[in-house]
Amino acid sequence: MSIIENHQTHGAPFSDSPKLTARNVGVYYGDKQAIFDVSLDIGANEVIALIGPSGCGKSTFLRCLNRMNDTIDICRVTGDIELDKENIYDPKMDVVPLRARVGMVFQKPNPFPKSIYDNIAYGPRIHGLAHSRVELDEIVEKSLQRAGLWSEVKDRLHAPGTGLSGGQQQRLCIARTIAVDPEVILMDEPCSALDPIATAKIEELIDELRENYTIAIVTHSMQQAARVSQRTAYFHLGQLIEVNPTDQVFTTPEHALTEAYITGRFG
Amino acid sequence: MNYSSLIIVLLILLGGGYLLGRNKARAIANQGMTLHSLPTHYGALVALWTGLPPLLLLIIWSLFEQQVVDHLLVAQLPQQIQAGSSADIQLAISKVHNLASGTGLSASPELQPAVKHLQALESRTSMLHTGLILALALLGLAVTWRRVQNTLRARSEVERMVRYMLFASSGIAVLTTLGILASVLYEAWMFFGKVSIIEFLFGTSWSPQIALRADQSGSSGSFGAVPLFVGTLLISMIAMFIAVPVGLMSAIYLSEYATSRIRSFAKPALEILAGIPTVVYGFFAALTVAPVIRGIGESWGLDVSSESALAAGLVMGIMIIPFVSSLSDDVINAVPQSLRDGSYGLGATRSETVRQVVIPAALPGIVGAVMLAVSRAIGETMIVAMAAGLAANLTFNPLDSVTTVTVQIVTLLVGDQEFDSPKTLAAFALGLVLFLVTLVLNFVALKIVQKYREQYD
Amino acid sequence: MTNTSMTTREKVEHSMKRRRAAESRFRLYGMASVLFGLLCLVVLFGDILSKGGSAFTQTFIETEIQLDGDYLGLDASSSDQDVRNANFSGLVKKHFRAMVNPDGRKERRQLYSLISAGAAWQLQSEVIADRSLIGSSLRIDLLADDDVDQWFKHDRGHEGEHSRLSELQLQWLNTWVDEGALKTRFNTRFFTNGDSREPELAGIHGAIKGTFLTLLVTFLLSFPIGVAAAIYLEEFAPKNKITEFVEININNLAAVPSITFGLLGLAIFINIFGVARSTPLVGGLVLTLMTLPTIIISGRAAIKAVPPSIREAAFGLGASKMQVVFHHVLPLALPGMLTGTIIGMAQALGETAPLLMIGMVAFVVDVPGFINDPSTVLPVQIFLWSDSPERAFTERTSGAIIVLLGFLIVMNTAAVMLRRRLERRW
Repeated sequence: MSIIENHQTHGAPFSDSPKLTARNVGVYYGDKQAIFDVSLDIGANEVIALIGPSGCGKSTFLRCLNRMNDTIDICRVTGDIELDKENIYDPKMDVVPLRARVGMVFQKPNPFPKSIYDNIAYGPRIHGLAHSRVELDEIVEKSLQRAGLWSEVKDRLHAPGTGLSGGQQQRLCIARTIAVDPEVILMDEPCSALDPIATAKIEELIDELRENYTIAIVTHSMQQAARVSQRTAYFHLGQLIEVNPTDQVFTTPEHALTEAYITGRFG
Repeated sequence: MNYSSLIIVLLILLGGGYLLGRNKARAIANQGMTLHSLPTHYGALVALWTGLPPLLLLIIWSLFEQQVVDHLLVAQLPQQIQAGSSADIQLAISKVHNLASGTGLSASPELQPAVKHLQALESRTSMLHTGLILALALLGLAVTWRRVQNTLRARSEVERMVRYMLFASSGIAVLTTLGILASVLYEAWMFFGKVSIIEFLFGTSWSPQIALRADQSGSSGSFGAVPLFVGTLLISMIAMFIAVPVGLMSAIYLSEYATSRIRSFAKPALEILAGIPTVVYGFFAALTVAPVIRGIGESWGLDVSSESALAAGLVMGIMIIPFVSSLSDDVINAVPQSLRDGSYGLGATRSETVRQVVIPAALPGIVGAVMLAVSRAIGETMIVAMAAGLAANLTFNPLDSVTTVTVQIVTLLVGDQEFDSPKTLAAFALGLVLFLVTLVLNFVALKIVQKYREQYD
Repeated sequence: MTNTSMTTREKVEHSMKRRRAAESRFRLYGMASVLFGLLCLVVLFGDILSKGGSAFTQTFIETEIQLDGDYLGLDASSSDQDVRNANFSGLVKKHFRAMVNPDGRKERRQLYSLISAGAAWQLQSEVIADRSLIGSSLRIDLLADDDVDQWFKHDRGHEGEHSRLSELQLQWLNTWVDEGALKTRFNTRFFTNGDSREPELAGIHGAIKGTFLTLLVTFLLSFPIGVAAAIYLEEFAPKNKITEFVEININNLAAVPSITFGLLGLAIFINIFGVARSTPLVGGLVLTLMTLPTIIISGRAAIKAVPPSIREAAFGLGASKMQVVFHHVLPLALPGMLTGTIIGMAQALGETAPLLMIGMVAFVVDVPGFINDPSTVLPVQIFLWSDSPERAFTERTSGAIIVLLGFLIVMNTAAVMLRRRLERRW
């Protein structure tokens, strides 16, 4: 069953200053196991890329990190995941504040059918982050600015968010996530539905965001992983094969499967 | 020959036509000629031409026979009856029918010529009828059988005929709509010839009882339908007041909160409510709910009518709950999961996601569903006919007795009617209003729901 | 308190108490709504069952009656006609008079009102079946009147003001109870009789037969027409304005109030075409128009569910469009269409309003034999009985409702099972 011995990940899966630590994580959909015994640290203020062929479990693993898998009835997670030394699967842990701390951006841009302003203000409103209209306006403007969208939409804040272009919509979703002021941002193939120009803008944005946030990004594109991340984790059939600094993964991969993947022998 | 034996003979002819056509085609093929179609197609073609035209004739004949016969009978009635009102003529004609078939009770010598005429007519038409239909069947069989040649494109011809038949079937729905429109429009037109449309739509007094004799006083009947409209509105509003919140919240709970086990039990259980006949709800409303409400009201010192709008509206609301909840369920499920994920990903709770993302996204669909439910409430008949009153009170007090459009239609049309009295015609005018209002509601609601679906497809 | 001094995390934590409360409140509303719906269902069924369960039993007075040939004017060689003309009713009265010796005319009348008019018919039919009974004494359970029936089944033990029986009548009845003469038996008449003004003689046989004939007409017309229309719209109709119009029409028709179909039936079928009123034929015609949209819509869904690969395979073999549809698509879509048809039939079975318009409210005692005999249907029978003041009719109404719901449950279960089988295949 196991491709690598005892699920022993090659390279350096652990970090000195971890923000998130995952230990022996397994995920089951009903009887079917999707993730096998994955242990990985995500360091503070780093961008880590999760790569691997389709169906390798990288998105599933990402969704464990803020318990998005809870929304799927039949999904079950084993092992430990800690955020700042706090077990997020503790029964006493409330997912609501957890997800406020670990935000998520999805594969397809999914703006709410509301105005641009209300899309951004949604998170701060539900979490009670602003106590006045002025404060809320500030948060909205700041978030849009950080997402690089402010100049494009400042004159039509009350137009529907669904009216923006695909790339703008995705930046709107990132701005929406930033507005809640999370500590970690999870991105699930954020550029897969976008054209190259929009993709470049998002990648630029990710690089800027690294200063303040810890980012884990699932990507299908090795170039993207190489451009935005400091570390890269390679998943294969639900197992974490290798984790190493990005340069190293793309130049001298440790494991034969990693090499096969980055040289394009399967994908 | 009576209908059933005629139809059996027709079926035998049809089967025979099939065999004859097929065998002739086979014989041609055995002579070494290439047929255009399979032998069975030739058989089917002969069978179709044998069966279809007589069947059509049969239907048309039976639709119009009664009228033609009655028309011929009128001429045979005594002069003084012919000069009388249409109701008298109808009465005499039905007497003649009874006497002719031997079930008449009273001997009426003055009708004897008509009775004799009818008996003669019936035996003659029956022979003519049978003869014509069988002749047509045989003609169709013979002509088509002769046409069976190797060059006859039997398959395309059969397929074309079948296609026309399919088309005609789908046209029946349109004919139904036209039939409803034509019948209510025509009768309503006659009604508005007797009562002004302004009085009907804006008058506030409804008492359709017409004097039996011309010299009776104070009973010319008044046809101001506003009390009925208000009563209908009041009961529908009470029903919506129950059905919309309960139905919507049930749909939300079942689709967003409940475990699949609870859902698989509760959903079909709620849908049972939708399958219960309305007459059962009417019985429940009249015999169980109304007395309970009256009892509660009296214990609080309130004056509650035994046919209160509240009882009818409440039960109607219960009936509509599953309607609202299953429509809302469809609509809520059409909201893409990605929107929910987006909201959960920001740390929203379930209720925040539902109230601030799912419901606003589903709003057009929900509005459509509610409109369909309103249309349903307005058109509901049995609950109100059994539990609401007949008194046309103009009131918004739910504890009072009110009457509705549908109740009045039923009351005016059940029992014996003379056909062109304003009382009977008024029912059709009310029917016209009901049909138009529900048609508009349904049309707009279906458009909204359709647009909404397309948005997320 | 200054906001700015709080970190985001603290603000979120701070909001949690309020939000958790809102969350559980919302959840509670949802649960309460579902429970309310289920509660209505339970109360409705409980109410009907508790009211109607006793309709299936009937009170009888067991007695030994002398079939006096001289009194009746009958002997072993009397013809059936003679037996029918004989005064059995007088015999019954005489028999009970001898039992309790009522004093005067008023008391006699009180006594007679305890026994159903059906008692005389019971004796009559016994004698018609066996002429040798004449002159002998017969032990028989005679039908009690509906007031006695209600008293014996419900009020006995807690005599209250709601009994319509007098002191004297109760005294007689209590004696009979002590003697063990009063007893209840399964109410076969409820299933074998037609309608009657007397509750103890009224049954649903006529209504059930009428319902069966009406639904037969409905099925024979609506199934082929509905299937044909669904096939046309799904497989042959060109995508143009006319087709769109037909589709909109069908969808709207499905939501039009049923009572308007009754108006159509009255104005067109009865007044223009002269179809006889109150017959299963005209009822079936009206219900056909009403159920057609349901059948067409579900039929189209069933055709849509047939995988295109099957069509392509048949076309690939050179089949014509017609052959593909009739040989391949239709057989696969048929179970789905049948499911829709059963659901449509169940709707038609419960439908009342349009049938009121076309005269099916007539009081019909005879059981209809064919589709052109005057008849009523089960829901209309329920409507008619529910209007009767007698308590016994309320009970019978509920009994008829139980039977109606029984039919509906059978039909819907059949539809569900058919659908399950269908789902398993693809």
